[in-house]
Amino acid sequence: MAYYRRNSSADRMARGLGWFSIGLGVAELVAARRLARWMGMEDQAGLIRAYGAREVATGVGLLAMGDARPWMWGRIAGDALDIATLAAAHHDGNPRRENVATALGTVAAVTALDVLCTAMLHREEAAAWTPPPDYSDRSGLPRPPTAMRGAAKDAPIPADMRTPDILRFEPVGAN
Amino acid sequence: MKALVWHGTADIRYDTVPDPEIEQPRDAIVKVTSCAICGSDLHLYDHVMPGMEKGDIMGHEFMGEVVDVGAEAKSALKVGDRVVVPFTIWCGECDQCRRGNYSVCERSNRNKAMADKLFGHATAGLFGYTHLTGGYAGGQAEYVRVPFADRTHVKIPDGLSDEQVLFLGDIFPTGWQAAAQCDIQPTDTVAIWGCGPVGQMTIRSAVLLGAKQVIAIDRVPERLSMAKAGGAITINFEEESVVERLNELTGGKGPEKCIDAVGMEAHATATLDSIYDRAKQALMLESDRAHVLREMMYVCRPAGTLSIPGVYGGLIDKVPFGMSMNKGLTWRMGQTHVNRWTDGLLRRIQEGQIDPSFVITHSVGLAEGPGMYETFRDKRDGCIKVVLKP
Ligand SMILES: NC(=O)c1ccc[n+]([C@@H]2O[C@H](COP(=O)([O-])OP(=O)(O)OC[C@H]3O[C@@H](n4cnc5c(N)ncnc54)[C@H](O)[C@@H]3O)[C@@H](O)[C@H]2O)c1
Ligand SMILES: [Zn+2]
Ligand SMILES: [Zn+2]
Repeated sequence: MAYYRRNSSADRMARGLGWFSIGLGVAELVAARRLARWMGMEDQAGLIRAYGAREVATGVGLLAMGDARPWMWGRIAGDALDIATLAAAHHDGNPRRENVATALGTVAAVTALDVLCTAMLHREEAAAWTPPPDYSDRSGLPRPPTAMRGAAKDAPIPADMRTPDILRFEPVGAN
Repeated sequence: MKALVWHGTADIRYDTVPDPEIEQPRDAIVKVTSCAICGSDLHLYDHVMPGMEKGDIMGHEFMGEVVDVGAEAKSALKVGDRVVVPFTIWCGECDQCRRGNYSVCERSNRNKAMADKLFGHATAGLFGYTHLTGGYAGGQAEYVRVPFADRTHVKIPDGLSDEQVLFLGDIFPTGWQAAAQCDIQPTDTVAIWGCGPVGQMTIRSAVLLGAKQVIAIDRVPERLSMAKAGGAITINFEEESVVERLNELTGGKGPEKCIDAVGMEAHATATLDSIYDRAKQALMLESDRAHVLREMMYVCRPAGTLSIPGVYGGLIDKVPFGMSMNKGLTWRMGQTHVNRWTDGLLRRIQEGQIDPSFVITHSVGLAEGPGMYETFRDKRDGCIKVVLKP
């Protein structure tokens, strides 16, 4: 199973990035057209909106209190996609090249944070891993379980907890 | 005195607080010698259960020595008595108590109006468990005030250690009731989700009550090995399909009895529904994750029984209720009527039929409690059950 420590510094950073994802995602969703125009990518508003939805989904995953690592890898993959899309728009024919460069710089900085956070999360897990202890001798019973089966059959089952005969699976009369 | 105090999500502190005093004639004050952290406490620690306030003292699994007794409790208790205190506070006189339904006692919840509003009708008072169940100070402390103490106690005879009897206050009767309310027949397969402390007690109870086959489901290796030690066939839900394995082990028909010993914080597997739950819980659109309930409803044999000791707090989503209705399943659930079972179970411990101390993996001073909450929740260091010594 996955070991992760909630409330460690890496974990808090991951949750922070989760909120960032949601914020950015919502911005991309509501201002897709304006963002596209600002970067000279007018025909790509739909794509930006889709990326926004992706950001929101990863953000929710990160905030959902489970193991943050798969979602962090999701963010890194998303960063790569962003960079590829922006790089394609960074050509001489785009009058808004400067703005695309700014966006690229920002994404690169966030990517560095994502990579750092993911590495920290993995390092924590490696440090925490120890072989599981062996509890195979902790039965709590004086004899092997097979010998204890039914030892408390005499225990009274209160009337309110008894299964009506008709719902019993055991053939009526057998026992 | 010192106590473990709730301050917010994942924030429990070892604080100095005022000593409790007798407030009502039926009260007693108990000096705690041992207490434990329960899976239910984790729902408060993670703050998925509503109704906690800053400053609340935690803990509902504890025992100790009576050091003060109110005038009306003197008939049943005296200073020096050694007692385990059940987590459900009961009056012994109301309609419900007279039927043995102690966890829905009509008089012990002093925040009845608030609980009536939320649940339609209030349930019993519980120690250290939100203001919806009375807001009583808990037992992860040096001293506790026990209301209705003339009823709310189990007297412990000499010759038994704290470790052997402590769990009579909660998880042992809880596991027992979970199995008992399945009314296990010798031909039954009982499937138990969750191999935490409650699951472990349920496994032993189902074996003792004579189930043909007990199957336990979890993903934590050491918990599965402890389940196996108790006589269960195990399924690791991260490695195998629970539904396929259960059908395989029951000739394709499904288990007759299914027990949810996990509750509202079921873990995400790779299945769609649990990811859906996590997302909704994170966005506060749903309070409980019902993955285990759904799986039980699906795999249970028609006309079978679902027994639910696992705690739920509020709303669940996407419950395939039609499945349950058409299959004619019986649902049994509730907080445990602890004192209904304690005489019998104490006798079984005395006779050596079972020793519940097998589940303890950590025993430390109360001051180390805050760290232990984290260890227990994150299942680090092989932790299954923590006992704290004030
Ligand atoms: N009804 C009562 O009176 C009562 C009393 C005590 C405890 N409880 C409840 O019982 C539940 C269990 O308590 P505990 O002390 O054993 O807690 P725990 O948290 O230690 O155990 C829960 C176990 O369930 C496992 N689990 C999680 N998701 C699962 C899944 N999808 N399938 C199978 N297993 C899964 C976890 O790995 C863990 O081992 C909690 O909800 C607790 O509040 C109820
Ligand atoms: Zn409990
Ligand atoms: Zn009552």
